[in-house]
Amino acid sequence: MSEPLVSEPPSKSDPEVAVPPLRRRLALRRLARNPIGVAGFVVLALAVLAALLAPLLAPYPAAQVHFDAQFQIPGTVGYVLGTDDLGRDILSRILFGLQASLQVGVLAVAVALAVGVPLGLAAGYFRALDALISRFTDLMLAFPFLVLAVGLAAVRGASLGNAALAIGISQIPGMIRVVRSETLRLKNLDFVAASVVDGASDVWVLGRHILPNAISAVIVQATVAIPVAIIGEAILSFLGLGIQPPDPSLGTMLSDAQQYATRAPWAAVAPGLAIMLVALAFNLFGDALRDALDPRSSR
Amino acid sequence: MRTYLLNRLWQSALTLLLASIVVFLGVRALPGDPALAFAGEERDPESLAAIRARFGFDQPLLVQFWKFLTAALSGDLGDSTRTGIPVTSMIGSALPVTIQLSVFALLVAVLVGGATGVLAAVRRGRPAEWFANAVALIGLSVPNFWLGLIAIIYLAVGFGWFPASGFVPFTVDPVANLHHLVLPALVLGSGLAAVVMRQTRSAMLESLGADYIRTARAKGLSPRAVVGSHALRNSLVVVVTIVGLQLGALISGAVVTERIFALPGFGKMTVDAVFQRDYPVIQGVVLVTASAYVLINFLVDLAYSLIDPRIRVTGAAS
Repeated sequence: MSEPLVSEPPSKSDPEVAVPPLRRRLALRRLARNPIGVAGFVVLALAVLAALLAPLLAPYPAAQVHFDAQFQIPGTVGYVLGTDDLGRDILSRILFGLQASLQVGVLAVAVALAVGVPLGLAAGYFRALDALISRFTDLMLAFPFLVLAVGLAAVRGASLGNAALAIGISQIPGMIRVVRSETLRLKNLDFVAASVVDGASDVWVLGRHILPNAISAVIVQATVAIPVAIIGEAILSFLGLGIQPPDPSLGTMLSDAQQYATRAPWAAVAPGLAIMLVALAFNLFGDALRDALDPRSSR
Repeated sequence: MRTYLLNRLWQSALTLLLASIVVFLGVRALPGDPALAFAGEERDPESLAAIRARFGFDQPLLVQFWKFLTAALSGDLGDSTRTGIPVTSMIGSALPVTIQLSVFALLVAVLVGGATGVLAAVRRGRPAEWFANAVALIGLSVPNFWLGLIAIIYLAVGFGWFPASGFVPFTVDPVANLHHLVLPALVLGSGLAAVVMRQTRSAMLESLGADYIRTARAKGLSPRAVVGSHALRNSLVVVVTIVGLQLGALISGAVVTERIFALPGFGKMTVDAVFQRDYPVIQGVVLVTASAYVLINFLVDLAYSLIDPRIRVTGAAS
């Protein structure tokens, strides 16, 4: 964005050198100088830490009911964020819910990566496969993630794993598209052609030259896909198609809170803010990452 | 142009056929015997067999699929195993609600997102851009069903400005109809507005930096004419693309929004059908959604070639 100095891959003449490390170092330096990106990263790190350490940080087990302390308002001694209709501590439930959210986010993106990257590489590299994979993408796009999740929940039952699977499947087309267009671009560059002339096999060219150079775009796509998955999990659990009670999830907390929203609005506010904060941190970090990796793009 | 259209048409038809196979097989994979669900109290073998025969569950898969496909093409999606009402008429009464909601949400998204996107691009580096960017990022990060929940708590129940739930058909009372849809449309449109804003902004920045814009400025056109008729027109392709790409998100969002505001639309019908194991309804709903998706994307491609004649020549719409 602000950095006019761009180093081209220095090693075009030598087909054996795959990733120029200089470019990546420069990108990291640019990222570290972007205050918004750093802020996103810090919030993200804190959220991940809080989720991982939930068993230590949470004042109570997530499902522990306190019938003597129902509907405590936020700020009550012992219940910083208040309690719900069963007297369960909202802070504790958010911490454990965050754990589930991040789990779904990472699992979903892992599914999208595992299927999307190979298919994207194949579609971009082998002309014959492009049309076939495009039809496959069209087909997947015809089933919105919620419809997919509805079907999956009906066939295999509602659970964290199935929610992650449905969200992951819905993110495959986006991943294919990104990897495909990167592959198309890289395929025509001189150093790839040189490698082909040199007698390298398709697998070698894809794995050694194209994938390492496409990885930046893949990382950015993954970073923006995670918050979408986190919000997706909340939606599914809210509808009763995701994580099942009594397991804590930010989505089920909101669906419970809707029942007594006028009595205890705080129970509806806090989990939503938690989702928003984490998604925002991911999006900020993803934007900064994109700017750092490709300083010429203006988003 | 003609071969391009025919090509797209054939691709869409193929996608639709594949989608119908997926739907058909997916529904067969559902656990739980629908005959049992329908029989209720009378679970003796004869009545179960009669139910299976009536809905065709006892025939070979291929026969069932052929019957399903030919019936679907003639507008017959079977009867609900729950209520016995034809699925087509259930969809017929639920779909208008969802379409109205989605169209309003789209309007919100395009008007708000488009305007702020143009603003952010024109006022690059000024507070207006920062503000627009921040709002868009928050819009992307807020789960919109939560926004709906908060809107109900504070705007509907708290201040009483809007009805908290329910629906009045437009033909019965247009004013009440619109009043009921304001909050749902804003909620559903907000996330999409953020996407439209970001894409419009980057498309506008790109066109504003192009040579023909410099030419237009140099020949003395007013800034308004340059932005309005030159840059904006070329950024319109992006907005249309987004609408096509985000359609799935819009449909998914409509399901949740309807659930929160208790709108008797398509989404509520879908979720209810899953919980009630109502095979024909699930099948019909998913099929209609997939068809709508394919059809609208075909129309989006048509719109492309109207807006940008270059696409007609190359045929590369993606």
